Amino acid sequence: MADTSDSQGIPEPEGTAGLIETDYEIGQDNVEGSLGPIGFDIHNPVFAISGLAVIAFVFYTLALPEQAGAAFSWLFTQVTQGFDWFFLGAANIFVLFCLLLIVTPLGSVRLGGADATPDYTYVGWFAMLFAAGMGIGLMFYGVSEPLTHFSTALGGTSVEEGARTDWAPLGAAAGSEAEAVRLGFAATIFHWGLHPWAIYAVVALSLALFTYNKGLPLTIRSAFYPIFGERVWGWVGHVIDTLAVFATLFGLATSLGLGATQANAGLYELFGIPVGETTEVILISAITGVALISVLRGLDGGVKILSELNMGLAALLLLFVLFVGPTVAILTGFVDYLWAYIEYLPALANPVGREDVNFMQGWTSFYWAWWISWSPFVGMFIARVSRGRTVREFLVCVLLIPSLVCVLWMAVFGGTAVQQVIRDGYTAAQDAELPIQLFRMLDALPLAGITSFIGIVLVIVFFVTSSDSGSLVIDTITAGGKVDAPVPQRVFWCIFEGAIAIVLLLSAGGLQSLQSMVISTGLPFTVVLLLMCWTIFRGLQQERRV
Amino acid sequence: MFSRIMIPVDLAHAGRLEKALKVAADLARHYEAELVYVGVTTNEPSSVAHTPQEFKQKLAAFAETQADTHGVRGRAHVITSHDPAVELDEGLIQASEDLKADLVVMATHIPNLSDRIWSSHGGTLAKQADASVFLVRGE
Repeated sequence: MADTSDSQGIPEPEGTAGLIETDYEIGQDNVEGSLGPIGFDIHNPVFAISGLAVIAFVFYTLALPEQAGAAFSWLFTQVTQGFDWFFLGAANIFVLFCLLLIVTPLGSVRLGGADATPDYTYVGWFAMLFAAGMGIGLMFYGVSEPLTHFSTALGGTSVEEGARTDWAPLGAAAGSEAEAVRLGFAATIFHWGLHPWAIYAVVALSLALFTYNKGLPLTIRSAFYPIFGERVWGWVGHVIDTLAVFATLFGLATSLGLGATQANAGLYELFGIPVGETTEVILISAITGVALISVLRGLDGGVKILSELNMGLAALLLLFVLFVGPTVAILTGFVDYLWAYIEYLPALANPVGREDVNFMQGWTSFYWAWWISWSPFVGMFIARVSRGRTVREFLVCVLLIPSLVCVLWMAVFGGTAVQQVIRDGYTAAQDAELPIQLFRMLDALPLAGITSFIGIVLVIVFFVTSSDSGSLVIDTITAGGKVDAPVPQRVFWCIFEGAIAIVLLLSAGGLQSLQSMVISTGLPFTVVLLLMCWTIFRGLQQERRV
Repeated sequence: MFSRIMIPVDLAHAGRLEKALKVAADLARHYEAELVYVGVTTNEPSSVAHTPQEFKQKLAAFAETQADTHGVRGRAHVITSHDPAVELDEGLIQASEDLKADLVVMATHIPNLSDRIWSSHGGTLAKQADASVFLVRGE
């Protein structure tokens, strides 16, 4: 029998799909070989450029710490302050774009072809996208962010030389405790709700669409085929993919740094294990070791199981705090905070003419840049587990449900901490350093030893799920979209991420350098995401609606 | 002695399989067994195919060409995996059970240092599959 695929075109995936016919063969630019007994299959030049540039960055930070610190600090300020309007405006566009797709007929397009069936159950799917998307951040900021915004809002505004010097959101709520709580939660939910998930959804949707429906490789560049055509396999694509690797590596290393400091703080609270570099290095090494095992066990055997375990543990902790904490206040708060979010959303999302510059630039602008730099990683991961869903189902589940869960999380953890301050006058959490605030809040509840221990386990497992799924993603991008590249490559990236986190944690101002790099890669990636909205729209128009 | 022989096939490196393909066909002819060419694909596009359906077509074509060339009864069997780099061994063992294969003929490399730590795919199959396993070393 002759190979019919050549004479009749590429067979469609499951059911009708708008396949793109291209002469490009996945892996055609790859270099295959072996280093001793270890095989490799890497994209030339994305793998080499990404790896070498990251190593150069680490050496620069270590060799010239003061100069690097100043340079990164300058970069951080320039990006968050000079482009605040751009980040805020773009994020608004992503939310509107996703909401529009949900309600238009384009929402009925199915990812993977008209007859495709989902690869994962709702529970497995949701657990994985949630663990990869927010993980450590929720543990780190769940208590501290609502507390901080509440305090600054209550503190009111202060003006020097015509400019606001306070960090309160919008016009603050001086003197009104109830309104300060509402504004504090509205601002927190704003940072963890629709906007970040819309950012992830745009990347994930474009990757899923161009991979499963169009038959292009699973790399970021594929989404740009409608704009650049065959040129996307050349330098334009190399730059886009390299940028995605940078963003993912720096984003992950930052998260690993945050996770290590918080786990260390928790271990000190619970077992008196000293806080310091040695403990953090041991923690990162041990956790990277667990992530390695997970990576070696693969998507279904490692990442999915750990994500589900984490969902279960997080739900347990959430229910415990909900029922042992101020239950009624939390539940009424949940509705009230959600309403406050809707009420304050237009003002918080406004990109121009704001007076609350510190809040807008230091919090919102930084967060948006951070989410955007995380988006290639989370987006690709979500894309990989979302085949078989319709665009509408995909967007509702990726955009609305995680946003609601985040509101619930903040209402329970942040709400309890705020109630402790208002009702009980317990300010230990409010006064503590950021990584410890979660544990100080738990201290005031029964069974603090057990819940704090669960908290530490959650931080660590979230850490592992970020590290292992991140390694899978970076490996796929640097292998030119191949998902079956030799396993040692994943091992390499997993260790590489851990090593970067350790090296930079040990250097003075390392975490700040990382954060600067995160938001700096976020800036060009915002342009990438805006273009993606257009290519998604074009791509969906060519698909059959089911 | 053998009624169904399974031979795992990597279409991306079909050129390296010549020896194993010939051994499998010789055995199939000798025992008048059916030969099943097993390929593993992903839902994501790969260097072999843009869609799982294209992969199925290519493997079916490969199986038919091989069967005709060697004068044996042959057919294709496709395994779809979420993560073939890691799940390959498990998928092949499962396929050997599902197909009720009584012999697996598989191409493998000459052992090197890493095989002392991690078995090759063939090595794992030989250790874990119920079927007899015939590993054919490369040149």
